[in-house]
Amino acid sequence: MRSLLILFVVGALGFLTACGGGGSTPVGVPQPPVAGQNIQPITVDGGPLGNYSNGAFVSVNICVPGSTTCQTIDHVLVDTGSFGLRLLGSAVTISLPVPTDGNGNTLNNCIQFLDNSFLWGNVAQADIKIAGEVASATSVQLIATPAPPPTGYLIPPGCTGTNEDTQATLGANGILGVGPEPFDCGFGCDPVQNGGGTPPAVYYFCSSSTGCGNPTFVSCGTVCGDTAANFQVTNPVFNFTGDNNGVILELPAVTSTAATLSGSLIFGIGTQSNNALGSAAVLLLDNNDSISTAFSGQTLNSSFIDSGSNGLFFPNGIESNFPGGNIPICTTNTSFYCPATLTAFSATNESGSTNSSVNFSVDNADNLLSQNPTDFVFVNLAGPQGSGACSTTNTGACTFDWGLPFFYGRNVFTAIRGATEPTGVPAGPFFAY
Amino acid sequence: MKSKFQISLISLALLMLTLSLPALAALGGDVTSVHEDQAQMKGTLKTTQAAAYTVHEIKASAGTVVKEYVSPAGKVFAITWHGQFIPNMQQLLGTYYQQFADAAATQREAHVGRRALSIQHPGLVVQNGGHMRSYFGKAYVPTMLPQGVTADEIQ
Repeated sequence: MRSLLILFVVGALGFLTACGGGGSTPVGVPQPPVAGQNIQPITVDGGPLGNYSNGAFVSVNICVPGSTTCQTIDHVLVDTGSFGLRLLGSAVTISLPVPTDGNGNTLNNCIQFLDNSFLWGNVAQADIKIAGEVASATSVQLIATPAPPPTGYLIPPGCTGTNEDTQATLGANGILGVGPEPFDCGFGCDPVQNGGGTPPAVYYFCSSSTGCGNPTFVSCGTVCGDTAANFQVTNPVFNFTGDNNGVILELPAVTSTAATLSGSLIFGIGTQSNNALGSAAVLLLDNNDSISTAFSGQTLNSSFIDSGSNGLFFPNGIESNFPGGNIPICTTNTSFYCPATLTAFSATNESGSTNSSVNFSVDNADNLLSQNPTDFVFVNLAGPQGSGACSTTNTGACTFDWGLPFFYGRNVFTAIRGATEPTGVPAGPFFAY
Repeated sequence: MKSKFQISLISLALLMLTLSLPALAALGGDVTSVHEDQAQMKGTLKTTQAAAYTVHEIKASAGTVVKEYVSPAGKVFAITWHGQFIPNMQQLLGTYYQQFADAAATQREAHVGRRALSIQHPGLVVQNGGHMRSYFGKAYVPTMLPQGVTADEIQ
């Protein structure tokens, strides 16, 4: 097993410019969070290029660790289905330190998506500031297109598909993963937890002289039972000094479509007067961060709530009020449903003794998108994820993905595994609303 | 959860037979391609026999489980996966990868945004779902399903 020695190459100490880009937070002045300091505005506005439906975006301030060299990045997608901050390298103008192996190789990260796209680029460390909260020296990913040799290196073959390294392909300037885990990989990439095993295709050391090696393990620190420091891409909320046990997304209700929507990303659960659980239904998560959703006579036991999915996604072929159980698939937007008319459904989210029924509707996505070209908020947008009856032999049809439309009109809590909870808040991970 | 030690005598014999064969392609390819995938994933292999097909289950060291469904004619007609990581689709889909990549690109470009993947072509079906650290999916060639085998029993 390759030993992991990570040193710092800090190339940015010469820069001492003021915090740029309109961040109003005093830099370098630690302050205890108070009510109001844990709220950041979010918008559903189509993203930086005005073409992204059902995406919630936030501005994030990043700084060279321990310095006042800072930059605000707007239109970062808020994603409760991933963990860690990923920014387009082309949008980051400050020079962030990159961990190395001590031999001139920099640490790189590859994250695959469902649609055969991926994000590739250096791990870098930044102080991440959102509202009044600070995550110090936290690993982020800088999404990049490496230059070919001799000045750069090729993306390794384990990282396959299309690199979403531009605003046009990503539809955003980055992704803020604030889901229910602290790290993007966790135990699966930790050397201590995998003694003698083969690292997954997630982290790589690369240099222009030798290219990228085989995947490498990277520690996730004491939380993972490892004495080495954590260098995995980390959920910034987990690294906040306070309000660090989860987030709430608050967005107003919508009937059918709207041009834009404004809401709040609130940090902490039960830590301030503005983030109490109250009477919210708490759905504790299993080891795969799943809940159960009862729908169309099925118990979909790999379900989840994901602000980074831009519709509701559930199995086709089981809906009794459609011929053969099949909701028609759109001809143009083939990842979505196109029923002839607006159709109402009901489902129940379950975990332990908690049951929470949810009513939702599905409209014809081709019509919605073509008839409302200036709208970016679509509450009735849904599509297929798996087909047929959920069973132990058809587990791909056991998921209800409650995407951003679910968040319209609800305050949705996402609690992080392993965080310290205040009195009255159950141990994470959980979703609640 | 199924025990990974359920290996029948027949499947053990099959396993020993296939271990001696050279490695080739993936979906649509010969049974020999299973070992290429196993080697690539540095995984352990378990083989089970159903009425109309054989399932080769590869458990990669990183925890992702890949099942390759092989017809009586020795062709891989379906592949499923679940685990913490999305497997290497280029490797698993073989000659079908380009069709998959093109269809996925068409969907991405038709509508920007993150979501589940569902490709329903007459000659190729691919479904990919889940979230970071918990993924699942399947790919199959409808025209290659052995007689009497339905898509729902593949997973």
